[in-house]
Amino acid sequence: MSNFYTDNADLMFTFGSLDLDEVMRLIEKDYTACKEFDTAPENLEDAKDSFRRILEVVGGIAGDRIAPRSRQVDEEGPRFENHEVAYHPLTQQNLDDLKAAGLLGVILPREYGGLNFPLTIYTMMTEMVSRADASLQNLFGLQDIAATICEFGSEEQRRKYLPLFVSGEADGSMDLTEPDSGSDLQSVRLKAAQDENGNWYLDGAKRFITNGCSKIHLVLARSEEGTTDGRGLSMFICTKTPDLVVRRIEHKLGIHGVPTCELQYNHVPAELCGMRKRGLIKYVMSLMNGARISISAQAVGIAEAAYNEARKYASERMQFKQSIDNFPPVYDMLARMKASLAASRAVLYETTRNVDLRNGYTHLSDKLETPDPEIRAKVKYYTAVTDTLTPISKALSTETANKIAYDAIQIHGGAGYMHDFDAERYFRDARITNIYEGTTQLQVVAAIGGVMARSLDKMFDDFFAAVPDGELKSILADMRKQQLAAVEYVASLKEFSKEYHSLRARNLVENETFILAGLLLLRNAQADASRMPVAERYIRDAKFDFLRNHELVMSGDFSVIRQHSEVISY
Amino acid sequence: MSCTILVFVKQVPDTKNITGDAMKPDGTVNRAALPAIFNPDDLNALELALQLKDRYGAKVIAATMGPPNAANILRDALFRGADETILLSDRAFAGSDTLATSFALSRVAKKVADADIIICGRQAIDGDTAQVGPQIAEKLDIPQISYVQEVLDLQDGKIRAKRAIEGGYEVLESPTPVLLTVIDANDPRPENAFRILKYKKAKTASEIAKNKGEAATQDELAEMQKKGLLIQEWTAKDAVPEAEFSRLGFSGSPTSVKEIVSVVLKGGDFKEIAPTAEGINTFVHELIEDHTLG
Repeated sequence: MSNFYTDNADLMFTFGSLDLDEVMRLIEKDYTACKEFDTAPENLEDAKDSFRRILEVVGGIAGDRIAPRSRQVDEEGPRFENHEVAYHPLTQQNLDDLKAAGLLGVILPREYGGLNFPLTIYTMMTEMVSRADASLQNLFGLQDIAATICEFGSEEQRRKYLPLFVSGEADGSMDLTEPDSGSDLQSVRLKAAQDENGNWYLDGAKRFITNGCSKIHLVLARSEEGTTDGRGLSMFICTKTPDLVVRRIEHKLGIHGVPTCELQYNHVPAELCGMRKRGLIKYVMSLMNGARISISAQAVGIAEAAYNEARKYASERMQFKQSIDNFPPVYDMLARMKASLAASRAVLYETTRNVDLRNGYTHLSDKLETPDPEIRAKVKYYTAVTDTLTPISKALSTETANKIAYDAIQIHGGAGYMHDFDAERYFRDARITNIYEGTTQLQVVAAIGGVMARSLDKMFDDFFAAVPDGELKSILADMRKQQLAAVEYVASLKEFSKEYHSLRARNLVENETFILAGLLLLRNAQADASRMPVAERYIRDAKFDFLRNHELVMSGDFSVIRQHSEVISY
Repeated sequence: MSCTILVFVKQVPDTKNITGDAMKPDGTVNRAALPAIFNPDDLNALELALQLKDRYGAKVIAATMGPPNAANILRDALFRGADETILLSDRAFAGSDTLATSFALSRVAKKVADADIIICGRQAIDGDTAQVGPQIAEKLDIPQISYVQEVLDLQDGKIRAKRAIEGGYEVLESPTPVLLTVIDANDPRPENAFRILKYKKAKTASEIAKNKGEAATQDELAEMQKKGLLIQEWTAKDAVPEAEFSRLGFSGSPTSVKEIVSVVLKGGDFKEIAPTAEGINTFVHELIEDHTLG
């Protein structure tokens, strides 16, 4: 019997210390819904009690049911015959369990059968599911598609599709990538055209579509003939039909449980979702931001699994007459793994909390007949903050998961290279997380604007004010001072300014992340002194990694820009 | 077709997580030292009832005899899909052995007059007697099918079930009302999030009174009942005619524990285990299943 919630002190602390007061008042409209729905909370305490109970249920399902099935799912994967995809029977059992537990539409509004949970709680579920079986997250996380229809679809579309997601009768996929359009979605070519009656039809191909065998597809397609950029793209909903052919499924390095499909659209009937020409610039951006948080949580879940395996192995493996966790190189590795995992988790849930606030204030603002400047200011603030935090969280969690999974194999030694242990699976599963839903390089592009514009400064001020003076705080204060100098330096450059900005963006974003994560861990240690060693380990290690980045930025070394082609082509 | 299924469940000490002295000096189980859980076989019993509800339509009533906090497993039953719950709780039941327990539960079953099927778990992990289910059937004078793996068919007045026997299974048909005892042949469904949010507020009258500091009014109870949130609470008087009180609790329990011995088996039968991972795995599972391990 294992429960992935109650065995995880860091996750329980995160939930326990979450300040959800403002979030819950917004999404529960000051707790008025409980008169209408018996599943709605009466107050914050009631809401948190419900969340805790359900996190425990998810922890139990993940630990007792999903995790024991994950090895076989990884080994055997889904089947593909005659253009039909069948999940592995154990994947199907996982989905049946999640469906029986009523967890397939937790973030959707109650009027469509959902539970109206905040994103933060849903993300905690995602983390636990991913720890049990990373590939299952790609199916559990498809609620993001329902949420997108909910946000931008018509009332008719909401009533038609959302209850199907909640009941588990239908699943979804988001069909964005094409053979020639990966990171550059503006170049999508799949054609959407109307017949004389105004009905839309889709023709073309998509590639690398997670769960492309789904019943409900959200498709990015070119609706404006003759255009070539993002403004000619719209979003469509289509349902499974024989004219939507699964050509093949991919053979992947990891996440074997979920089918990744190549799709051919042979004049597939579709409905426009939202407004024409907004497909990429508004709807898909929103969808991707939601998906980035899910992937960030998937990475934290894999990292948690890999860390636990490494720690267990290191405490049991005897060499030179003692367990190997007694050796400095090993315990140093374990301590760094743990501290960086706690940092990823802290940044992830600070991000989701801010996204919940952004969504709450945006919905509130949209409903007002006369605009309220105070609420509009909040929408603007939380939008800027989350536009920076979301890519930072995704880059941090996914790169950290890769490092932790890599080190977990290292700690296992030769055994870790073998299939007999789970370490190699976590390594393979982690490897996609910093690629899909936007590579780390693209997360840096998304985050750097906010770093240069100092979007997180107010948040930093608040955290600094909340933490008493001390050595760790002054390390972080020094880092912040240096970061401001680096931002100013890059902004002031004349020569090679654009290239240098792009070249050093990653160093700047990483350094912003060190400050953010350090502050969050230090703040959390104020609430629970037993967390101080983790905060201290993180900050002391980060100090030197920060310095390296900082010196690179401040070096003004343009030689990479000048010489890279000679180096590469030698 | 619609039928009523009564499932008897039990809150038991978690014998896998013993935190102190498991036994009291008088030879009874020290329940205070052990976390209380839903008896595992009873989860299978509830699951079978809920599957029958899914397949044929039925009202599922979960009932337990126990201390006031046994209401916890009734809430759990509601979270998984039970429609109604009954807690039978009274000091008069204290010290019941299987005879007194089955007597009290048979009276509950009589009071739930229209129960077509009564389902019990095979046995509870605290006593491991597997007697209570069959004894209830005897006291009610109804047929029983024990060690049920699966119900194959249910029609008006008739049930067909597959029961485990040594080395295989047999299929039995019985008229209803009938009592089934169930082995762990199904996979109990998880608690449902929607039902948790609703039924976490389900309470017995005593729990309402305890929260409030005074007894609940009739109006409050009626309101809870209307919302489906009242866990019925029966005392000995509610379920058993006073003339039969001597058959309850200590006085109704002929069993006495003479002494408790820690038995160390020496020699005797042997069994060959294949020296493979699979052989060892199977053996360990057997030990867990017969509660030697765990």
